[in-house]
Amino acid sequence: MRVIVIGGGIIGAATARSLSRRGIDVTVLERGRNVGGTSSGGEGNLLLSDKGPGDELRLTQYSSTLWPVVDAELRDELGPAFPSVEFERKGGVVVATTAQGAQPLHDFAALQRTAGVDARPVSRDDALLLEPHLNPAITAAIHYPEDAQVQPVIMTEALIASAKLSGAQFFENEAVLAGIRSPGGELVGVRTTRGTHHADAVVVAAGPWSGDVSEALGLSLPVKPRRGMVLVTSRMPHRIFHKVYDGDYVGVVGSSNAALQTSSVIETTAAGTVLIGSSRQQIGFDTRLTVAVLRELAQKALRLFPFLSEMMVMRSYGGFRPFMPDHLPVIGPDPRLPGLWHATGHEGAGIGLSVATGAMLADLLAGAPPALDAAPFSPARASLAPFLAPFLTPFPDSRAA
Amino acid sequence: MTSFLLPPSDDPIRPAEASGIRIAVDGRPVDGLAGQSIAGVLLGSGTLAWRTTSKNARPRGVFCGIGVCYDCLVEVNGQRDVRACQRRAADGDTVSTQYDALPEVAEPIELPGEADGRA
Amino acid sequence: MPDVLIIGAGPAGLSAARAARRLGAAVTLLDSSDELGGQYWRHLPPSRPSERESVLHHGWATFTALRSELETDDGCTIIRGASVWAIETRDGRPGAVFAVIGEPDGAGRSQRVFEPDALVLATGAHDRTLPFPGWDLPGVFTAGAAQALAKGERVAIGSRVLVAGAGPFLLPVAASLVATGSTVIGVYEANRTKSLLAGWLPKPWQLLRAAKKGTELAGYVLNHLQHRIPYRLGVAVVRADGTDRVETVTIARVDASWAPIPGTEQTIAVDAVCVGHGFTPRLELALAAGCALGADDFVTVDEGQQTSVSSVYAAGEITGIGGVDLALAEGEIAGHVAAGGSVLDARLASALAHRRTYLAFADRIENAHGIETGWQGWLTDDTVVCRCEEVSYGDLCGAVAATGGASLRSVKLSSRAGLGICQGRVCGRTVEELLSTLSPGHSDGPGHSDGPRSAAADRVRTDRRPIAVPLRLGELAAEPG
Repeated sequence: MRVIVIGGGIIGAATARSLSRRGIDVTVLERGRNVGGTSSGGEGNLLLSDKGPGDELRLTQYSSTLWPVVDAELRDELGPAFPSVEFERKGGVVVATTAQGAQPLHDFAALQRTAGVDARPVSRDDALLLEPHLNPAITAAIHYPEDAQVQPVIMTEALIASAKLSGAQFFENEAVLAGIRSPGGELVGVRTTRGTHHADAVVVAAGPWSGDVSEALGLSLPVKPRRGMVLVTSRMPHRIFHKVYDGDYVGVVGSSNAALQTSSVIETTAAGTVLIGSSRQQIGFDTRLTVAVLRELAQKALRLFPFLSEMMVMRSYGGFRPFMPDHLPVIGPDPRLPGLWHATGHEGAGIGLSVATGAMLADLLAGAPPALDAAPFSPARASLAPFLAPFLTPFPDSRAA
Repeated sequence: MTSFLLPPSDDPIRPAEASGIRIAVDGRPVDGLAGQSIAGVLLGSGTLAWRTTSKNARPRGVFCGIGVCYDCLVEVNGQRDVRACQRRAADGDTVSTQYDALPEVAEPIELPGEADGRA
Repeated sequence: MPDVLIIGAGPAGLSAARAARRLGAAVTLLDSSDELGGQYWRHLPPSRPSERESVLHHGWATFTALRSELETDDGCTIIRGASVWAIETRDGRPGAVFAVIGEPDGAGRSQRVFEPDALVLATGAHDRTLPFPGWDLPGVFTAGAAQALAKGERVAIGSRVLVAGAGPFLLPVAASLVATGSTVIGVYEANRTKSLLAGWLPKPWQLLRAAKKGTELAGYVLNHLQHRIPYRLGVAVVRADGTDRVETVTIARVDASWAPIPGTEQTIAVDAVCVGHGFTPRLELALAAGCALGADDFVTVDEGQQTSVSSVYAAGEITGIGGVDLALAEGEIAGHVAAGGSVLDARLASALAHRRTYLAFADRIENAHGIETGWQGWLTDDTVVCRCEEVSYGDLCGAVAATGGASLRSVKLSSRAGLGICQGRVCGRTVEELLSTLSPGHSDGPGHSDGPRSAAADRVRTDRRPIAVPLRLGELAAEPG
């Protein structure tokens, strides 16, 4: 079996790795350089804390069980010369800073516990044991020991290197121009800026650009970019030990509001810098700097950690999350065009969900039952239908042929 | 020998006598002239290095001297990350040298009672 | 009349301010320092005045005239200690310029947002110093550091100093060191006689036209002769050694590509080394303002010094390394046009003529003193390349090898080269060049091919610093008053 994966980010890399380890012949096409888009524009979160019960949480829990396994496999395969992917299950602490915010946080945690999330309410004093520099004025705190982080660029490179060891081929600076259809109408390859590639299946894993790629292949997909910005401080003495969020992070992720939203997600990196994320804006692929966005990030960070006021912010960076209208990634075959598969729409959770996405897609493509029910993520799911229908373009129905 | 402040009496441009200032560097008094940068005071006193690097714990002092390289960072009166080559020293300044160790990847803290399971 | 905001009070910025005022524009001049003059006219503070500053400076009278004219002009607002940390672009306008004003790296500095009718960028350049084993030892300085400390504080970086690198700037640095009481053991220029001649000689009449510049250099040469400082060509510093500070430096002959010639090493006891291999333009604000760069990685300007962005002008070293006289001419043109004047105005005739002359001169210098690629031959695996994050050459090679030639951006993010607090100002271009050697065709790019456009995208990524200078989070969080 031959599979083309479009996109050299973490989803494409994880998918290529899972496929090639099953002996499938994989070709990855990246229009620029690998790890040049969303995968290098974020923080590397593997979060359970921000997800309520439901399909995305189940996918996250599945991914969470895979991470230590993949981390160990990668270290084993790539050896000590490969830079560390910095996988660390450092845990998260979600806090509320207002009186009104306390109860919803506890309620949400209780709900999460019913779904098996390790969500532990902690007293103010215990929260200050976990995070001694936290604003003591917090009104509630939940500890999520399962939250983890990874260095997303190194992780993607590691997945790529591993996939290559299993025989996957990566072509960079090669953009997909159009699909190649069989007489029966199935998608059997792609035409690119450098030539043609044939395959039994084509997986679109182009993150927020997946809509463009799908259109080049003849179909639309309602993926939209949602811009996020992160602030980076200079190195400082180690004072923030977990991923620390303010409670309204949860509400923001589930929202479709295009206007600026920010909530604090603060953590220390292995280099000793502190990352302060993140904003969410639906402004297309606009990369212009907006000081107001950075200012709001800083303001919220200071509410959690007042000491940060004296620290230097040295950089901001950002990326575009692939945003789906029904807030679920699409993983699986497109019902409209045989041969076309999707692996995108992870919003801000793509790093964390990458390994599960790759595993699930490889199972589906190989005809094996996935470890987790894949139906909720199918492009054919009901919640996506209203968004797909208006974009449907005529295509030959191979099943009728 | 090492870096030094050229005495005005030997100076071909004959600068006017400036008033002296004294700053404390990690508690040690160091004398300089009004208008000097903190880096200038340190170099003038023969001190070449003050910061300790995070990864290899190596000594660093001035490299670019014009505020570009950030090698000369010090804490001044409790304020971190001040470029010593850019900040003029004021009499009585308290300067501390910086060493920011890289964070250790620690095992997660178990809170008392947490090991019993999910609350 | 338009409001003209000028960023940088070195020769180009001062000259722009004067020209804009001549046409009656309301001028605001920002500089991060509390003294005017930039790096070039760095001088003693008012607390240590000297009547004889001109001994240390070329064109000192030009500076004092500019300074007193602007300082006494009510139409020119000079804001010292202003660090511009961001520019927001606006369609069809120069954009909003965000500055914090106060002590360098202070906390709670006052904030200003400027939305001028025209913006003149005169942000200058800083030293480019190539890495060599031991360059991270205390006692190794850039040429600019030696110069700034000598001129601005009368501090000598050492008693026995070796000066090395490339470019005519090494001569005034050596002169300053001598005037500050150092013994300069020698000045070592990596380029060889032949390449120097090739650079200087094709159009000697252009050199003659750059008469003032010639005099400046001639003065330094004379200084050398008087102090019997050896000036040797085709020699480079290839390593420095010492326990916690530099104790010895090793020089070696290099070939025309700057590759060290084995067996020619010579180790010399020193207490300081001063090294500069040319200059890197300070492009972050120009990039923030949306200005296009040319293939040479300098800001592209038209006849009136306007950049690709309407009403944004650039003058001085960010448009090409050309020295003080070119900066003065470009500044005058930029200020004049920014204030609404025409480039055809007779008052600009002399500035335009000067610009022509000194541009040709700058080309000669670049041809003679440009960096060659052979220097990579003096690196060892443990040579620090990124000083902030202590990333060694071996680390870089390892990251490239492990990832099978990942993109520049990926290697930087994986190795942390260029991710420290200097934001790649010191190592950025070096890392680019090393990676293009280690992994040919490494360029990133959103484009559909790996052509030159991708290489340019790399460069822009290295020089783009959305937060142009670090500021305190508390300052960022505060709404401008």
